[in-house]
Amino acid sequence: MNLASLAPLAVVLPILGAALTFMLIRHSRAQRAVSIALLSLTLLLECLLLASVWDGGTFAVTLGGWLPPWGIVLVVDQFSSLMLVVSSAVSLAVLVYATGQGMADGDQDAPVSIFHPTYLILVAGVSNAFLSGDLFNLYVGFEILLTASYVLMTLGGTGPRIRAGVTYVVVSVVSSVLFLISIAMVYGATGTITMADLAIKLGELDQGTRTLLHVMLLVAFGIKAAVFPLSFWLPDSYPTAPAPVTAVFAGLLTKVGVYAMVRTETLLFPGDSLNTPLMVAALLTMVVGILGALAQSDIKRLLSFTLVSHIGYMVFGLAMSSVAGLGAAVFYVVHHITIQTSLFLVTGLIERRGGSSSVDRLGGLAKLSPLLALLFFVPAMNLAGIPPFSGFLGKVGLMQAGVELGTPLAYVLVIGGVLTSLLTLLAVARVWNRAFWRRPSDAEHPDPVLLATPAARATGPGAKANTVTLLPRTMVGSTIGLVVLGIGLTVFAGPLFMVSDQAAHDMLDRSSYIQAVLGEDTVVPMVLTAGGGK
Amino acid sequence: MSINLTLLIVMGALYACGIYLVLERSLTRVLLGLMLLANSTNLLILATGGYAGLAPLYSKDTAAGDYSDPLPQALILTSIVISFAVTAFMLGIIYRTWVLARRDEIQDDVEDLRVAETPSFDAEDDAEVPAETSEFPLTMLGADGHSVSNHRVSSDGGTHDGAAGHATSNDGAAGTTLLAGGREIAAEQAASEEKPGSTNVAPGPEGDGK
Repeated sequence: MNLASLAPLAVVLPILGAALTFMLIRHSRAQRAVSIALLSLTLLLECLLLASVWDGGTFAVTLGGWLPPWGIVLVVDQFSSLMLVVSSAVSLAVLVYATGQGMADGDQDAPVSIFHPTYLILVAGVSNAFLSGDLFNLYVGFEILLTASYVLMTLGGTGPRIRAGVTYVVVSVVSSVLFLISIAMVYGATGTITMADLAIKLGELDQGTRTLLHVMLLVAFGIKAAVFPLSFWLPDSYPTAPAPVTAVFAGLLTKVGVYAMVRTETLLFPGDSLNTPLMVAALLTMVVGILGALAQSDIKRLLSFTLVSHIGYMVFGLAMSSVAGLGAAVFYVVHHITIQTSLFLVTGLIERRGGSSSVDRLGGLAKLSPLLALLFFVPAMNLAGIPPFSGFLGKVGLMQAGVELGTPLAYVLVIGGVLTSLLTLLAVARVWNRAFWRRPSDAEHPDPVLLATPAARATGPGAKANTVTLLPRTMVGSTIGLVVLGIGLTVFAGPLFMVSDQAAHDMLDRSSYIQAVLGEDTVVPMVLTAGGGK
Repeated sequence: MSINLTLLIVMGALYACGIYLVLERSLTRVLLGLMLLANSTNLLILATGGYAGLAPLYSKDTAAGDYSDPLPQALILTSIVISFAVTAFMLGIIYRTWVLARRDEIQDDVEDLRVAETPSFDAEDDAEVPAETSEFPLTMLGADGHSVSNHRVSSDGGTHDGAAGHATSNDGAAGTTLLAGGREIAAEQAASEEKPGSTNVAPGPEGDGK
């Protein structure tokens, strides 16, 4: 028996956990223990999956006794297992952070006890989307994670969250409808929705039909991934949610969209001529997103805009459709999930310590809490792409691939990427200077918490106890864990780059994926365009 | 393969109405639009299955080509369940919006509007301290440690206004005037005199700053 046949457990375990925590809704301690234990178990399982495909290879697990191309398959390859491990590691850290916050604030309210089951359902949906080898199953995975995210987004039902939730729900539903329409049309055109089978049959269609299907799928995924013209919903809706929820959304949800785009581009429509529009979209996403970030004074909103902006790097790597470009994009996705989530977690801590997340009200945090300053500084510099961090390595990989490609548009994108990197540095340096470096009294509207501290800090036993409640050890601990993971990506960038390059090679080659699903003797059609088949 | 024209026309009409309704500003209409979109998509999936054949049950005599395609029906079943759940959730949200704001409308993002209205000057570089004109004044300390709040309450009972921004706390505020920008204005109108770019208004518990 192959280890990969345990893949369905990556979806089943979180759903089981959701059921258990839902039954334990009145016992918050047991609920916490169950959800953390099951998520750790899932992470362990996914590490084993990754280890089994570390040296290459693709495994397909058939579900329900129907053989492909009729039945549902789950596919484990390097890209999907890498995404699974990173997403579960990040969501485990956020879960620990959220329970720490809950324990510190003493949550006895009913809406918060719904957090654990919903969160686990979200994780199950993300895992399902990463593993799915079937277009409709991918849709179901998306719907699972989206429906869970609706609940998490409006947790507590306060005015701002409901307002942001409405935008988010309507945009998400419209994008899901678009995705479903695309699936119906794909089925109408080819008579199958198994991705490996589609990879063969879509090639037999005429160019016009194929381009139509391609564009429809890309638009549907583009809304979910927040690619430029379709990204306006994101900075509107993310910042109002609770800090851990925003962190996990920023880390995972858009990346699921990017993952689906990568699969569409490489497996279903290789060598199609949509690379130029994708490159233009990538450039606009990068530049417009980061210009939006510069205008913000609220750290959460600023980070949401940088999130949109850095999606552009991944789309850039994808649009090059060369092994170097796609490999760098895979590495960048892994890096960005970790870094963006840790930045949002740190912002949650800043909000607790400084009383606000607006840079107009913050100041002097570096003196107040040097640890917090360090926790912000490292991922912020990482995001901006300062050497030697992983952000720098990923960007260098993308730039190299762009120069290798050598078209004028690729050079424009390389320049745009460097510019975006500099502007990101400007944005996070502004936050650093204002929130951490200046005196609290220099802020426009300093938060009373910050002004009161010099007196409170001077003497008195109460001061120390106060700091502990403001920054609970569990929350700080899980944030440190994620920041260390981000540094780990830098230290082990060599092996990681090797795996992501190999994953890119396998994805562009397609034969390993198709033969794993449909059997060894399937003839894989060659891709005619020069860029794709190498 | 024959095509059911009625089904297609109905589908097109549903899409048209759905898109029109989704573009409305009233939340209930948006919900109705989403429902129409979901249902017309179900019809589209049904149409992709080809013509309606025999029930896909096992029988030795039926040729394989006479069965109707069962897969689209399975897909429709799934999508009906999903759109049911989303509709229920949307109804919950709409009810909550109504409870909170008494309005069945999509509301603007306050922070977005604030950023849009902010002039290009940087508040930190701009040395002039903005006048305190908020309806619920907040005494602040400037860089030199002195109070910078220049509001002057001219009637007694002016200290009733706490941090909470409830509409009911306006009671008794009539006749209270504030000195703002060199002229006296009624307290009720002071909030609307707020200069763009100044963030002196403490957002209410619902964040709408009203």
